[in-house]
Amino acid sequence: MAHFFLYTTIGSILLIVLKTFAVLVPLLVGIAYLTWMERKVLAAIMLRRGPNVVGPFGLMQPFADAVKMMFKETTIPARANRFLFFLAPVISFTLALAAWVVIPTNNGWAVANLNVGVFYLLALSSLGVYGILLAGWASNSKYPLFGAMRATAQMIAYEVSLGLVIVSVLLLVGSANLNDIVLAQRHIWFCIPLFPIFIIFFISALAETNRPPFDFAVGESELVAGFFSEYSSLAFGLFFLAEYGNMILMSAMTSVLFLGGWLPLFDIAPFNWLPGPFWLILKILFCLFCFIWVRSAFPRYRYDQLMRLGWKVFLPFSLIWVVLTAGFLMATGLLPNGGVS
Amino acid sequence: MNEAKQQEIPSDARNVSAEIQQNDIRVMEGDSHTLNFGPQHPSAHGVLRVVMELEGEIVKRATPHVGLLHRGTEKLLEYKSYHKGLPYFDRLDYASPMCEEHAFVLATEKLLQVEVPDRAKWVRVLFAEITRILNHLLNVTAFALDCGAMTPSLWAYEEREKLMEFYEGVSGARFHANYFRHGGVAKDLPEGMEDKIGKWVKDFPKLIDDIENLLTNNRIWKQRTVGIGVCTTEQALSWGFSGPCIRASGVPWDLRRSQPYDNYDKVEFQVPVARHGDCYDRYLIRVAELRESAKIIEQCLQKMKPGPIKVEDNKISPPKRKDMKHSMEALIHHFKLYSEGFHVPAGATYTAVESPKGEFGVYLVADGSSKPYRCKIRPTGFAHLQALDILSHRHMLADMVAIIGSLDLVFGEVDR
Repeated sequence: MAHFFLYTTIGSILLIVLKTFAVLVPLLVGIAYLTWMERKVLAAIMLRRGPNVVGPFGLMQPFADAVKMMFKETTIPARANRFLFFLAPVISFTLALAAWVVIPTNNGWAVANLNVGVFYLLALSSLGVYGILLAGWASNSKYPLFGAMRATAQMIAYEVSLGLVIVSVLLLVGSANLNDIVLAQRHIWFCIPLFPIFIIFFISALAETNRPPFDFAVGESELVAGFFSEYSSLAFGLFFLAEYGNMILMSAMTSVLFLGGWLPLFDIAPFNWLPGPFWLILKILFCLFCFIWVRSAFPRYRYDQLMRLGWKVFLPFSLIWVVLTAGFLMATGLLPNGGVS
Repeated sequence: MNEAKQQEIPSDARNVSAEIQQNDIRVMEGDSHTLNFGPQHPSAHGVLRVVMELEGEIVKRATPHVGLLHRGTEKLLEYKSYHKGLPYFDRLDYASPMCEEHAFVLATEKLLQVEVPDRAKWVRVLFAEITRILNHLLNVTAFALDCGAMTPSLWAYEEREKLMEFYEGVSGARFHANYFRHGGVAKDLPEGMEDKIGKWVKDFPKLIDDIENLLTNNRIWKQRTVGIGVCTTEQALSWGFSGPCIRASGVPWDLRRSQPYDNYDKVEFQVPVARHGDCYDRYLIRVAELRESAKIIEQCLQKMKPGPIKVEDNKISPPKRKDMKHSMEALIHHFKLYSEGFHVPAGATYTAVESPKGEFGVYLVADGSSKPYRCKIRPTGFAHLQALDILSHRHMLADMVAIIGSLDLVFGEVDR
């Protein structure tokens, strides 16, 4: 059996397909129930009930929504660029799923154990803006165009500092492999020594996923529905899934980079009985809860204010932090790999 | 698609190739473009349509278009007896129905020259203030919602629900109450209502604290509102501002204080005034007024005494149901009142009340018949809406939404 999967061509292809499904199916179910969780958490904060009609505790609500979404009429604006109009949601959705290849769910458990996992993630999340940009442009309508414009400006503003935040994590680890990054946190999770930039990372993650308070690209009260104003039916559904997929992805990234990935809270008896994936899911859920919590508590920024925050606060701060981290590691001789790599 | 391409031409290139410009008449003159904001926009507060000239996202000019909710209320009133005209006022500013009724009722009473019983005055003050709280809760939190803060609005809606139960208790309707009457109010408060309101008003400040916790010192909220849509004192005066909007610009102008009507001269309250005239100040004024209204409600409940709730004169207010069973005179009065209506002596009056949004006035001309000869309504939001252009000048699109939210516009009233 092992021989079949590891050494025959068909077997290894089959293995990849199986691994992919093992990641994708729970992910898609997770996305569906994230919408349910968001509505329930928001409802609790707003002193409401939330979905409670479809199934017990409204648990079938995501499926009811999906069915509704599928049977909606697909509308295409006049003079829209049809090809790009439908390409855009596909790009968004594909990228949201593709990034999961490198996320390790347990020691060595990843579809692809890339040496440059972090850069792969950064590259994919930067590409994510193309979906939004194309959607805004191809709709041939003004509000979506505004949304696309804002999303692009937003992307440039925070991705630089996001990169620098990750650089200081990499400095501590000495590897861009996500598996190694988690293993390096065996003694202490990076959110403790790197607390300030952990916060910056989380805020950037909010911006990355177009979540409130940085949801200008969709800014409902200003731009109707932003870049997907003109979408309906499944095309809209794909954007929707992509948004929630990205939320889970960024939560997973936060967990892997700062919260010790699959590592248990304490490496002692009752805690390390639970398997690694369970801990990862728990951490992801915690991050997701924070995402939703922030949404309920804060008003939306104006998009030039995010520019200011990104360029004038986060960028200098994370730059200084990288220099400090590097300087500290050099001075104390704690640089991983003994300073030669 | 053509438009998008033309915008990309850099301005200097356009100057160089003047001949191209002549040949291609579709080349745009400036870098601005027009955006139709509303009337089906989520933050258009009903049916506002603003045609905006934008430079990128900067508003160069904003032209509000009104009239999409025009229902001809003023003309309709001329064909209705005073009594039947009253419900139209609920439907003007549907966020603060009873205050609008108040203006019409006071105007008629002035022409009729009747003195309203004391209890009726207290009940009207009580419900005018409940209405103010209803309105401000809606506005403050809808404003927050426009800026992206969702939670306060849901909290406020729960509280509004309780207030609407008081509405329902006295009038039978949750919203379009039609409760005030020319010469008093329709019915006395039902039993236990005073206690219920008293209990509610004790808990209410906690809700204001909660809402303020989420907004007042929130950095994002401040960034979105401080210095946005600044209206100087001169501008506020010359554009005819009133209510919280003018008080936010530093003019201590409150009709409840300057020309007290009903029993407003017998209650103690502060008139909050701010200096900067920006969206944040307008928000703060409304929150402060919520607290003041709660105080007024408490005083009303203390000072109310049992007694008649409408004038005794059966030429104006309907007789008791019981009397109609055996009194011929009462029956005739009832028939005359509900068919022809009461006659108002010829004359004219401008009567204004401090509605939650500002000075809401009724200019009433009576010709001695049972129908108004003319009833001109002075809406509050109309004056505020006029200033939208100057308030939003050189602001961004997102600020436009905040400014509209802070002006507290309701189109039932603006369009009449």
